[in-house]
Amino acid sequence: MAPDGTPDLKVVGTRPIRPDGVDKVTGRAQFGADFQLPGQLVGKVLRSPHAHARIRSIDTSKAEAIPGVKAVMTAADMPEITSEEAFVGEGPADFKDMSGNTMARDKALYDGHAVAAVAATSAAAADAALAAIEVDYEVLPHVIDVEDAMVEGAPILHDDMFTSGVDPKPATPSNVAKRMVFELGDVDAAFGKADIVIERKYKTAPVHQGYIEPHACVAQYAADGQVQIYCSSQGQFMVRAYVAKLLGIDISEIRVTPLEIGGGFGGKTLVYLEPLAVVLSRKSGRPVKMAMTREEVFRGSGPTSGGTVWVKVGAKRDGTIVAGDAVLKFQAGAYAGSPVGPGCMTAFAVYDLQDVRITGYDVVTNRPKVAAYRAPGAPISNFGVESAVDELARELGMDPVELRLKNAAKKGTKAAYGPTFGDIGCVETLEAVKDHPNYNVPLEPNQGRGVAAGFWFNIGGESSATVNINEDGTAVVATGNPDIGGSRASMAMMAAEVLGIDVERVRPIVADTSSVGYCFLTGGSRVTFATGMAVVEASRSVVNELKARAAKTWDIPVDAVEWQDGKAVPAGSNAGDFEPLSLEDLAAKSGRTGGPIAATSSLNAQGAGPGFGTHLVDVEVDRETGHVKVLRYLATQDAGRAIHPSYVEGQIQGGAVQGIGWALNEEYIYDDRGRLDNPGFLDYRIPVASDLPMIDTVVVEVPNPRHPYGARGVGEVPIVPPMAAMANAIQDAIGIRLTELPMSPPKVRKAVDEQAAAEE
Amino acid sequence: MAKHHISTTINGEPVEFLCNTEQTMLDVLRDELHLTGTKEGCATGDCGACSITVDDRLVCSCLMLGVEAEGHSIQTIEGMADGDQLHPLQQKFLEYAALQCGICTPGFLVASKALLDRNPDPTEEEARYWLAGNLCRCTGYDKIIRAVLDTAADMRGAS
Repeated sequence: MAPDGTPDLKVVGTRPIRPDGVDKVTGRAQFGADFQLPGQLVGKVLRSPHAHARIRSIDTSKAEAIPGVKAVMTAADMPEITSEEAFVGEGPADFKDMSGNTMARDKALYDGHAVAAVAATSAAAADAALAAIEVDYEVLPHVIDVEDAMVEGAPILHDDMFTSGVDPKPATPSNVAKRMVFELGDVDAAFGKADIVIERKYKTAPVHQGYIEPHACVAQYAADGQVQIYCSSQGQFMVRAYVAKLLGIDISEIRVTPLEIGGGFGGKTLVYLEPLAVVLSRKSGRPVKMAMTREEVFRGSGPTSGGTVWVKVGAKRDGTIVAGDAVLKFQAGAYAGSPVGPGCMTAFAVYDLQDVRITGYDVVTNRPKVAAYRAPGAPISNFGVESAVDELARELGMDPVELRLKNAAKKGTKAAYGPTFGDIGCVETLEAVKDHPNYNVPLEPNQGRGVAAGFWFNIGGESSATVNINEDGTAVVATGNPDIGGSRASMAMMAAEVLGIDVERVRPIVADTSSVGYCFLTGGSRVTFATGMAVVEASRSVVNELKARAAKTWDIPVDAVEWQDGKAVPAGSNAGDFEPLSLEDLAAKSGRTGGPIAATSSLNAQGAGPGFGTHLVDVEVDRETGHVKVLRYLATQDAGRAIHPSYVEGQIQGGAVQGIGWALNEEYIYDDRGRLDNPGFLDYRIPVASDLPMIDTVVVEVPNPRHPYGARGVGEVPIVPPMAAMANAIQDAIGIRLTELPMSPPKVRKAVDEQAAAEE
Repeated sequence: MAKHHISTTINGEPVEFLCNTEQTMLDVLRDELHLTGTKEGCATGDCGACSITVDDRLVCSCLMLGVEAEGHSIQTIEGMADGDQLHPLQQKFLEYAALQCGICTPGFLVASKALLDRNPDPTEEEARYWLAGNLCRCTGYDKIIRAVLDTAADMRGAS
């Protein structure tokens, strides 16, 4: 045991090379678009050029007559789905809406909404077929901006949408799907105790997850009704469940084989192409491959919400924050279900407040339906709250880290959304920032330093793992979660730790839906925690079985056998004098001691440890061009226990950089007809290597008591603080508070010009 | 229209293929030759996932036509390792955990090798600008840049 009571670990906490690494550096790994079946057709989607239009009719006859075209489909080829709540991991959804988003039925609700699809023997024939489909549209007025969508007289997307969460129930339809309130204490009274109050409104732009791999799949519908789907996604079981529901097929008829996933960040937690490919395969009798272009990814798959965040915070002169109030309005895209709920719940979660209130509105607009994006909702509300708290620190003349330390959530803090925190590392991440050299680097003119802290819940959930011991004493660990950033490595490491063998002797696989027990999707920062827990449990069962086999071999009671360093040994001299039996020995003889050795664990993991992180950034602002250069970036985060520290650092660095992109450049730009103007990486500019410095990380470890090795999720927290940290740094550099994202050169330049004009 | 018959060299081996006039080199590699290590991220030359070298020049294969391969020597990610001996960049990317999902990795490796072939001692800034045409959404580039610079140092030491 280590001095702090944690067990000595041999594998956990080391940095082995990932088991799937060689495949991924040699080009051998098969991603979504790399797979093919003999005789496959090319499937393509026809998308609405209008932001809002009634579909009067669709004539596919000319398309069907083109040589090489084997199938054409519209929403008429899919069953009409009744409204039913779908659990998509990090946000609510409705199967009826999901069906409508997959293929527009009566109305096209955004530029890029799928209205028909074709399958043909060549891409050229498929393109010709798309061009030959005649859609009769009645173009309707549209609405893009979230607050425009909320005003009376705004174009209404859904005639049957009545705002829920308001009393009395409205009599007229609205674009506001839902209103929600989270409240603790008496906020209005608490503001009376404040010496200083900051009140301000902030705005964020919708941003896309920007995974480099476009959505892709191959589907085969066989004459006996059996469906095979090969695709990249954040969950093969999710794809199976949704395709079954949307097409009215029994789950047992569908087998989904996961291919490697080229990034998801939440954007691949739902289906777009898969149901269409299955329908086209059913109609054509041939396998159908579909892949989105980059333009389709931007126009037709889900970004996250843009929104407005009104924040009011009050504090006493000594820096005690006495009250927080916020109103969040998130656009959900064409169907209800923005992440405004988690946006509300996370808004003030880094603070220990007795009196706090957050009100949220979920609002539909003529944009693609939003999808989960890394800590869905939290970065948006955090941008407002952490900007306002920075303003508070300036008013108070307090160091922004000290102000946060004074008010930080800690063990026993009751969060506005309900729970009371257990062991959390919010304070530790703030202290880590103060202890880091970046905190004291001298700054030059036009340079500034900003800090912000962030929170994400992390989730657990349903997971399964099977551990099979091979005849030679090596092991296979099968789980059902796509490996989106190195999770095979952490699964193998945890199994190796329990089994007491080298990690190289454990081969982790991501199994198809017919080969392993159910696993909820890869999301919510849950895989290392929850699926890891299943791996540990299954591995422990294997060890128990190995001990039983040794006991049988030695003819002693099983409780007289211990498992040490991959070997069965007698528990002390009373147990008898036997040579240790290694895993190899026991595996080789397993046929004579009871048969193959394997174990499965299926569980619903509870107790995912909440995650906190604090970011510190130095920027330099070019007053002539409005360009913001990131000079230094530090991200500290509580990982509970880093299973593979390199991949924990990688998650933190990657999340921080996505946040930098969100802060400085990324946005959806629409023209006055509601068409997306920048559906490509040239004009939707994600950060590139030359934009950035190294991203310094400090991994703080406050163990999560609910995980065998103390792990908590790490993937989502790091995208929460960057936007406010950047805005706070820009304020520090040039004395201007920017309240609207992205803080792109034209906006910074405009603000500088306005400042200069005001000073004249 | 009849397809074009193209004779070229890919990863040191003579290769012949048929392609349509409008087919990109990326589509030829992936769809005709089944060399799917070269990835499509955008098909507009913005992401670098389809990076190859043509006569040692770094190219986005989505911006090149298949017919343009005639008579040239092309290198793809599949030709980077020498049998089961990984190229030092490949090994270093693994050691540094310079990949998460791995979709951009082939492009980064091909582009990084093109950099080190030209400049065996790049500064961090030179590496960042050379690789600015390759998008990675997972890593924030930190570990990629470190892996490239460390490979360069090792290779200088070995030569």
